[in-house]
Amino acid sequence: MQGGPENATTTDAGHASRVVFEVNGTSQTLTLDNRTTVLDALREHLGLIGAKKGCDHGQCGSCTVLLDGRRVKSCLVFAVTVDGRSVVTVEGLAEPGELSPLQAAFIAHDAFQCGYCTPGQLCSARGMLDEVAQGWPSAVTGDLDAPAELTDAEIRERMAGNLCRCAAYPHIVAAVRETAAGGRAAAR
Amino acid sequence: MRAFRYHRPADVADAVALLGAEPQAAYLGGGTNLVDLMKLGVQRPDVLVDLTRLPLDTVEELPDGGLRIGATVRNSDLAAHPAVRRDYPVLARALLAAASGQLRNMATTGGNLLQRTRCVYFQDTGKACNKREPGSGCAARHGQNRDLAVLDWSEQCVATHPSDLAVALTALDAVVQVHETDGPRDIPITALYRSPGTHPERETTMARGTLITAVRLPPLPAARRSTYLKVRDRASFAFAAGSVAAVLDLDGDLVRDVRLAYGAVAHRPWRAYRAEQELRGHPFSPALAARAADAELAEARPLRHNGFKLPLTRAITVRALTELAAS
Repeated sequence: MQGGPENATTTDAGHASRVVFEVNGTSQTLTLDNRTTVLDALREHLGLIGAKKGCDHGQCGSCTVLLDGRRVKSCLVFAVTVDGRSVVTVEGLAEPGELSPLQAAFIAHDAFQCGYCTPGQLCSARGMLDEVAQGWPSAVTGDLDAPAELTDAEIRERMAGNLCRCAAYPHIVAAVRETAAGGRAAAR
Repeated sequence: MRAFRYHRPADVADAVALLGAEPQAAYLGGGTNLVDLMKLGVQRPDVLVDLTRLPLDTVEELPDGGLRIGATVRNSDLAAHPAVRRDYPVLARALLAAASGQLRNMATTGGNLLQRTRCVYFQDTGKACNKREPGSGCAARHGQNRDLAVLDWSEQCVATHPSDLAVALTALDAVVQVHETDGPRDIPITALYRSPGTHPERETTMARGTLITAVRLPPLPAARRSTYLKVRDRASFAFAAGSVAAVLDLDGDLVRDVRLAYGAVAHRPWRAYRAEQELRGHPFSPALAARAADAELAEARPLRHNGFKLPLTRAITVRALTELAAS
């Protein structure tokens, strides 16, 4: 495992730490007050303002990023705890100037209005599609042992951690559905 | 938020020693509850001991047919584990009914069990709360108490335990493996949580600094026929208005064994022993299930706004057991 105790070098009466972590494929070294969340490290220290601060309490999902490939709420993760780990934000979902299939589907389906929740929706959907590919069930899955079929009800349940004040939900579901179908087609 | 020092313990003994040496230190798991409460100023640790890199993140199938779940296994991994889905569907269902996909990826098994028993007044530092500030009073007792307890509350506290996982584990008679300063110990989950009484600030029977290392599920073949039913104010991502974990073992139509536990009714997950007793040995019928729930809830004392929890809890008992009987 990366990042033993020696890697979290502490300073300032122990209230700050040196943190080395990967963001969108690039290694970053920051010295941060231990109270700094991953969300604030991204926005305030690295200039990556894609992930948004909505509620700042883990309820709205606009701060969602991928941590070691899994979707999490970055407002509830202290940056010092991700020393040695890897974060992907909306800025890292595709090569610069390009769109991932998911992002293209969001545009094609008009899956946002003001766009504030969109980076979180995109990262959450990316993580969610990987969870489905691994066969993870959800609360609305009928048979826990059967492969998960990504119905609209499944998409809605699995995306429940992301709120959209503009209520673009039907279009978000359509974009995710199309991306999932494309992914399956590509896999075949 | 109060400034804090950060430690990554080398092993379990190191973690317990760190807590013992620092009177205001706290363990950090997935952080989904603690970090939120720190932002609100409700919890103010000056040291965090990060448990998430300890080697406690595996699920092990035991020779006796049971399961040992490491304390840092994430809720999402546990819900997806093949043995859990196959042998303890009540556990998978409870986990999947809780929080959101992102939070389940963060939350740990031990942390889920030790999230604070709480209500909105506990989370508001501008309100009286005996749990947050012993002796300050309870703003919830005569406040907006729709979401709060109907059983076993005290004048000092009417909060409910929010965990779905803990309700399922209570029905399954899980054993919580802990490490204290003087070594390991087993605590039945039914003996882990306290009633609020005159000390609602004490939520568990564990001494401060005790570390949960694993949760052990005893073998229970009947649990293959089990479920978790949760009713919420919205379809997803909300705490329970009522919930039931149920295991039903039928011999023909005779109830050979049954396990029932309720969520959202008390300061701790509520094992419905009296209801189980009413059911065991009798031919199953929805009417019997309703009588059993009524027997369990006979001593309930609803607050001003939460009387609905009694018919709700009765209804989900009947529905969960009737569905299991038909499956």
